[in-house]
Amino acid sequence: MADTFLSIQNVRKDFGATTVVNDFNLDVERGEFVSFLGPSGCGKTTMLRMVAGFEEPSAGRIMIGGVDVTNLKPNKRDIGMVFQAYALFPNLTVAQNIAFGLRVAGVSRAEQEARVKEMLSIIKLPDFGSRYPYQLSGGQQQRVALARALAPSPKLLLLDEPLSALDAKVRISLRDEIRAIQKRLGITTIFVTHDQEEALSMSDRIVVMYGGKAEQTGTPFEIYNRPATRFVASFVGTLNLLEGRVASSDRGAVEVDGQTIELGRPIEAEAGKPITLALRPEAVSLGETNGREQGLSGTIGDVHFLGSVIRVKVGVGRNAVMLDTFNDPASPPPVAGTPARIGFSPRDVLVLAD
Amino acid sequence: MKSSRFWAWATFTVGALYFFVPLIATLEFSLRMRRGEYSFDAYRVVFGDDRFQATFTYSVVVAILTILLGVLVVVPTAYWIRLRMPHLRPVVEFITLLPLIIPAIVIVFGYIRMYGSSSPLPFLATARGTDALLIIGYATLALPYMYRAVDTGLRTIDVRTLTEAAQILGAGWTTIISRVILPNVLIAVLSGAFLSFAIVIGEFTMASLLNRPAFGPYLQNIGANRAYEPAALAVLAFAITWACMSVIQILSRFAPKSANQPR
Ligand SMILES: Nc1ncnc2c1ncn2[C@@H]1O[C@H](COP(=O)(O)OP(=O)(O)O)[C@@H](O)[C@H]1O
Ligand SMILES: [Mg+2]
Repeated sequence: MADTFLSIQNVRKDFGATTVVNDFNLDVERGEFVSFLGPSGCGKTTMLRMVAGFEEPSAGRIMIGGVDVTNLKPNKRDIGMVFQAYALFPNLTVAQNIAFGLRVAGVSRAEQEARVKEMLSIIKLPDFGSRYPYQLSGGQQQRVALARALAPSPKLLLLDEPLSALDAKVRISLRDEIRAIQKRLGITTIFVTHDQEEALSMSDRIVVMYGGKAEQTGTPFEIYNRPATRFVASFVGTLNLLEGRVASSDRGAVEVDGQTIELGRPIEAEAGKPITLALRPEAVSLGETNGREQGLSGTIGDVHFLGSVIRVKVGVGRNAVMLDTFNDPASPPPVAGTPARIGFSPRDVLVLAD
Repeated sequence: MKSSRFWAWATFTVGALYFFVPLIATLEFSLRMRRGEYSFDAYRVVFGDDRFQATFTYSVVVAILTILLGVLVVVPTAYWIRLRMPHLRPVVEFITLLPLIIPAIVIVFGYIRMYGSSSPLPFLATARGTDALLIIGYATLALPYMYRAVDTGLRTIDVRTLTEAAQILGAGWTTIISRVILPNVLIAVLSGAFLSFAIVIGEFTMASLLNRPAFGPYLQNIGANRAYEPAALAVLAFAITWACMSVIQILSRFAPKSANQPR
């Protein structure tokens, strides 16, 4: 890679007999925003804490800016970190909190004050310097925590589920704000979350983690549209699964509920073997349409009227396929129990490797 | 409902009488030195006594040093136990309770055996050494109170995350303890300190057996030889203890408001 700034190489972490992170590899470019996405307990925090220096890897190397920091203490790493529980110092004012890192670094009083003022304006809390943390809302506290982490101009910013303690509205606005500040400062950032929407909307790249391993690394577009494993496909976004049987490997023909569809590309599994295909709801339409020439017959199941969108479930044998259609004032929504055909493009069909 | 309230008041009244009657009686007696009228003569005598001034000053200095030693030992220990060795907490808690179980006299005899003038660590060979030993002994006596107070203070903050937040900002251990941990448990430390003060000011056994000119032995000496002055001293000692307790009460109102818990 052209400008690798953070490099995590073959990192493993054992707690006693259990391996919590296994063979983790990642290169992060300068200025990049990378998310670790995965269910609770998959090792995201542990991996982040190894980058921060709070945990020591059982094996592997971590390089920051070309320097091996694997065994460096956290207070020597020049990293900014934001914690889920804010972790502001309750005995210090907002301004003192933000100045903490500068003061430790021996920066002059005047410089501290100027930097605090700048940070307060960046987080849009210019008049909050003399307040104490307990006088702030959760969202404000987390913004102060971000300012405190960024004030000493660290090389790397780490955020461990910084939004999950906040309520939905604040979460979304703060999400955009964090991303905007990160872009403006151009700081290399790792963001840990279990919320796929957060990861998809904020990141340059996402590392999807499962059971201590990086299942797939890619842009949000790649992760969503070309999930590499069954786990990634099912964890990120909604997915319709079609259980079928391979009719022909080289033609890519699959039999689903007695009907045959052609993928137009070879399949690895042998003929006669069971196989799982997957389709995103937005890749399916009612009836074959332009560019969605493959089809399956089924029966309309549940119909949910959501306003601008109508969510329809179509039963194809034992499989249920969910799809969204736009509400068209000129035609009434489909009726449950009536026969229907679904159309999709072979390109959008995911063949899931287990 | 009504009868339970009656019994509550009855119990309270009996308790209050049990507590206040001897106190009032002592106070009243201490004021009767001059025949036929109330006066502060006993107090005047006490305050005018050189030995009172000397022993009281001695005990105050010893108390302050005891508090400093206690803070230096207990705050880092309690902090470290919470941060890195939480599984050892019950053990440490038990150890800090030992001074309540082992009588002070046993500790003193242990000291005399261990640190006599012919031992490898002859603390008792000099007056200063004995003073140091007395302070160490008092710190031990105050340990149960000091440790509990500090540990309770630490419970109100998220020790681990605050430590890590400070670490990642570049702080070393000294900065973390002095700027993050200590200020947040300061109120708790001060209550521990005033408890220690109250204990040290009137302590008799250790001071007497180590033969130090402390306030406790002086109280005892006066008590054995005079009539009105001991009553005045008892009232004074009580007032000091009570003042310490009130300060603790007032301080606890200023305990830092924790904003660490996500709402
Ligand atoms: N200090 C530790 N000792 C033992 N096990 C731990 C420790 N820290 C984390 N774990 C375990 O490691 C696994 C991954 O934890 P974590 O990295 O916190 O997951 P995540 O942040 O993805 O939810 C969990 O099963 C957790 O119980
Ligand atoms: Mg976590």
